[in-house]
Amino acid sequence: MRIGLVCPYTWEVPGGVREHVSGLAEALMDLGHEVSVIAPADDDAILPSYVVPAGRAVPVPYNGSVARLAFGFLSASRVRRWLKDGDFDVLHVHEPAAPSLSLLACWVADGPIVATMHAAMPRSRALHAAQPILASALEKISGRIAVAEAARNTLVAHLGGDAVLIPNGVNVSRYEKAEPLPGFPGTGGTLGFLGRLDEPRKGLDILLAAFALMAAERPQLRLLIAGRGDADEVLDQVPAEYQDRVVLLGQVSDADRVRMLHSVDVFCAPNTGGESFGYVLVEAMASGAPIVASDIDAFRQVLRGGEAGELFPVGSPAGLAAAAGRLLDDPAHRATLAAAASAAVREFDWSVIARDVLRVYEAVAPAAGRVAVAL
Amino acid sequence: MTPMTSIIVIAVLAILGVYISWRAGRLDRLHARLEAAKFALDAALVRRSSIALELASSGLLDPATSVLIAGAAHDARSAELAREMPESDLTRALRAVFSQPDFRALLAGREGAEELLTELESASHQVFLARKFYNDAVAATQAARQRWLARALRLAGRAPNPEFFEIDDSLAPAADSGAGPTADIPHLTT
Repeated sequence: MRIGLVCPYTWEVPGGVREHVSGLAEALMDLGHEVSVIAPADDDAILPSYVVPAGRAVPVPYNGSVARLAFGFLSASRVRRWLKDGDFDVLHVHEPAAPSLSLLACWVADGPIVATMHAAMPRSRALHAAQPILASALEKISGRIAVAEAARNTLVAHLGGDAVLIPNGVNVSRYEKAEPLPGFPGTGGTLGFLGRLDEPRKGLDILLAAFALMAAERPQLRLLIAGRGDADEVLDQVPAEYQDRVVLLGQVSDADRVRMLHSVDVFCAPNTGGESFGYVLVEAMASGAPIVASDIDAFRQVLRGGEAGELFPVGSPAGLAAAAGRLLDDPAHRATLAAAASAAVREFDWSVIARDVLRVYEAVAPAAGRVAVAL
Repeated sequence: MTPMTSIIVIAVLAILGVYISWRAGRLDRLHARLEAAKFALDAALVRRSSIALELASSGLLDPATSVLIAGAAHDARSAELAREMPESDLTRALRAVFSQPDFRALLAGREGAEELLTELESASHQVFLARKFYNDAVAATQAARQRWLARALRLAGRAPNPEFFEIDDSLAPAADSGAGPTADIPHLTT
């Protein structure tokens, strides 16, 4: 198949949607398809060969933060030219409600269009205001995908219609092997946490309380934390005598993220809710880290009801401490869990996810002809 | 007390009374001016977001630009307290749209385009003026309220202490706007 993918956010700044588009594009090419991606980027930017730049992205306030988008008639004509040159069997736009290239592509194209919704938009009143404008462009989409339940709810509530759920993929092979960080995991046991430090739903405070409970009995136990936020605020929550056993890495690169996951004996996901899919958990599974996670719906599903990781009662430091303690004392059980996680995570590998996406293309494409330029 | 002293005391009290009532009257007039300026500012902001919404739904622009403007204008209109952030965001969205290369040239000749764009620019300028006059009134009122007599006798009564209205309200492209995709705009929304 000849597949055209549209990424609405600039290719030059890393982000969830961009990662998704590049993962999907590469997996589709591995399956033998021809793929072209159009994304906002400078014409002289260094890009993978399959990415066509649509011109400089403009930073604008959007949905509560600053997004780098491409809009306007000039961007639309770049999309038109790309569509003409590409002669695609299917057009797959990402986040079509964002005021950027995906919406423009829906506007200028006709034929089989598939769209993937990524974000849950809590500030949706603005989306509601834009609904009449979006409607005529989004009507052309013949197959909709949502990466998570929250994204699907946003769609249902504000734009109407429904979507099939196909989760984010992960490139499992990228996580399988990595050198642990120097000095880790060590012999006294290391717990790990990955995520925003200051977002209560990520549950770091629960892990810190659990660590304080465990630290007295386990004099060499350490806690390794990676993520954006104020390190001092975190340390303030740890009793003074244990503070030197808490290592904060701050925000880390993709490579160090994997190394961090290979540096821990037990990976902890103490989220209290709101996590629609649990990408962090999938990353930890791909890295082969033994996992202790909150017993929330999304995590129970990803961990196959506890088979691929221990579950503890949501919000309970004592429960977390007990589960993590059991794992630290039982290397054999850790190995069993890690092996189960490595097997379970295969279903989230891009090679598998891309096949699910292809099935959507196949459902949509034959009936709608080829992608054509409408105006 | 001699008659002479009484007369002096009464005269001093009378002069003091006249002075206080003059100060109070002045403060009252300042508050009235402030109210009027606030009303004008509010009207200018509402007018700007209305025209922005009108432009967004006019069908003159591409849908991406329309969605961008509609979202920002809607946020600005629906904000009640912390209004400064969404109003600044609306300015930034409009500025990003207006400073696209050939923006006006591409719209030239379209039915009603020139009128709407001109109206939006004039509404934006009106916001700039109204905000300037409002902040002037705030400064004058604050200064008058801080005089010792006004504070000691609470001449301002229960009128709340006025606050400045600080937003980004210039449609002219910022000096750094050509700096490429790394150029970040200061952003206030949390």
